[in-house]
Amino acid sequence: MATPVADRRTLGFSQPERPPLRKPRTSLKLRNALVGWTFILPNFLGFAVLTLAPVLTLFYISLTSWNIFGKAEWVGLDNFARLLGDKSFHTALGNTFYYAALHIPITIVVSLSLALLLNQKLRGAAFFRTVAFFPYITSIVAVAVVWNMLFSPEYGPINQFLGLFVGGELPGWTVSKDWAMPAVIIVGTWKDMGYYMLLFLAGLQTVPGELHEAARIDGANAWQRFWNVTLPCLRPTMFFVTVMVTIQSFKVFDLILVMTDGGPGQATLVLSQYIYQKGFEQFEFGYASAVAVVLFFICILVTVVQFLYNKRKEA
Amino acid sequence: MAARPTTARRAGRILLYVVMIAAAAGIMLPFAWMVISSLKLNNQVFTAPVQWIPDPVQWRNYLDIWVKADMVTWVRNTLVLSVAVTFLQVLTGSFAAYGFAKMRFPGRDALFLLYIGTIAVPWQSYMIPQFQMISSWGLNNTLWAIMLLQAFGAFGVFLMKQYYESIPDSLSEAARIDGLSEYGIWWRIIMPLSVPALASLTIITFVSTWNDYLGPLIYLRDRELWTIQLGLQSFIGEYNAEHALIMTGSVLSVLPIALIFLLGQRYFVEGVATTGVKG
Repeated sequence: MATPVADRRTLGFSQPERPPLRKPRTSLKLRNALVGWTFILPNFLGFAVLTLAPVLTLFYISLTSWNIFGKAEWVGLDNFARLLGDKSFHTALGNTFYYAALHIPITIVVSLSLALLLNQKLRGAAFFRTVAFFPYITSIVAVAVVWNMLFSPEYGPINQFLGLFVGGELPGWTVSKDWAMPAVIIVGTWKDMGYYMLLFLAGLQTVPGELHEAARIDGANAWQRFWNVTLPCLRPTMFFVTVMVTIQSFKVFDLILVMTDGGPGQATLVLSQYIYQKGFEQFEFGYASAVAVVLFFICILVTVVQFLYNKRKEA
Repeated sequence: MAARPTTARRAGRILLYVVMIAAAAGIMLPFAWMVISSLKLNNQVFTAPVQWIPDPVQWRNYLDIWVKADMVTWVRNTLVLSVAVTFLQVLTGSFAAYGFAKMRFPGRDALFLLYIGTIAVPWQSYMIPQFQMISSWGLNNTLWAIMLLQAFGAFGVFLMKQYYESIPDSLSEAARIDGLSEYGIWWRIIMPLSVPALASLTIITFVSTWNDYLGPLIYLRDRELWTIQLGLQSFIGEYNAEHALIMTGSVLSVLPIALIFLLGQRYFVEGVATTGVKG
């Protein structure tokens, strides 16, 4: 089994600068800076124009009224005031938190369990890793249509299987208001867990074996060793995974778009989809941008909170 | 006495194997169902109990789909996009990464901070301003829009930078003393040494462009510009009762990715691990 590369430097930021042997002349320094910029520029231009600029203009557009016919007109905070009374927005916000509240912990627990299982050096582990990662790389459209058929309430294999054990009424899954969201969460977890499993697996390689051995000699059982040795060593990985899975949960969109299209009714309508509906179906660019600003701040806020929490734990 | 812990241990191992096999079966079930259904008659897809072996095997589905759906156009468009985006991302990403990893100049770390900052910003939050901008250039409803959208991502820069930093600086410094220019060092020393990372980036970018649904959904309206994902989704809407044929289309849309994944799995895994370890 080709083990994922374990020891990597912290993402970003440079290695400690070495003091220069001799003071380079200013012209040389300038030349060096220019050459450095030419390396970065081709990518950075694209990145600045296509990512940074839209992020900045987002805030301006959210303060305007702009539909397909007119020009953007400054309306101040009107769009945000309108959000307060918009029932569909509240539904979308609630559903997004519902999705996140279940998808985040379930995905973390499942992917960490799979990673721990794979770390047991079982025969066939490499094959299992392939299998578990496969859903992550398959397209959402194909995946959604298969799951919709599996979830089919009357003749779908899932309810046929459940029927063997449970009597009475079976879940209506994607056609039922109460079960559509759980169905979407199941598929989301199934699709994403392989990716996070790989991240955890890479993190587990960094846990020193001696620590486990020492804990074993001290009489710690498997659970105690996991809780007191493995988990603390995994904290950097855990932080990264939590941030990624959180952002991914709050921006969930294509999965829902192709599985339920936000339905039935508005049972699975989420923020991203509401932005899409307002912007690209009803062409209310200003108002849609106000919703987008909310999504933006949720994601930034959660990331900052997790970052601070991680910092405090580290100290 | 000595035998008891061994027995317990062996039982534990067996249990782990059972769990692993059960999990693998559960994860693969939707794919198995997809392939099996794609070879059935339409009225055999939903039966109680589930018919696990198609009888008769309907290979015809794999011919019919090319007639009923415009698969050739979709595959061609998707291929054009995936190749162009991958080429641009690998080229600009590995080029920029050299500046970030191997050179020192003012403003470098601030720039990199900008790249990192966007990790927390979902595309869905700025897709509207981006759409306005690309439309104002007259590129809406063209394949160019998708290329622009995907080609300059921060991901390529991260991945290559991480890898370059594992290459000792002494190599580039020796080349510098020998009089090689920075561009020469990048092309002749660093690039040949980073083939595994380049392979990871190539595979990951290709697959994510192939699978992208939202970008094409927003930008590509003409049928002749559709990608395989858009085409498949519209096919599902149009022939929503043709369950077997829908599964055939799904299998065909997943097949190229499955092949690439199986061949380049190692690079996939390493690429994910490289960008993932430590946030």
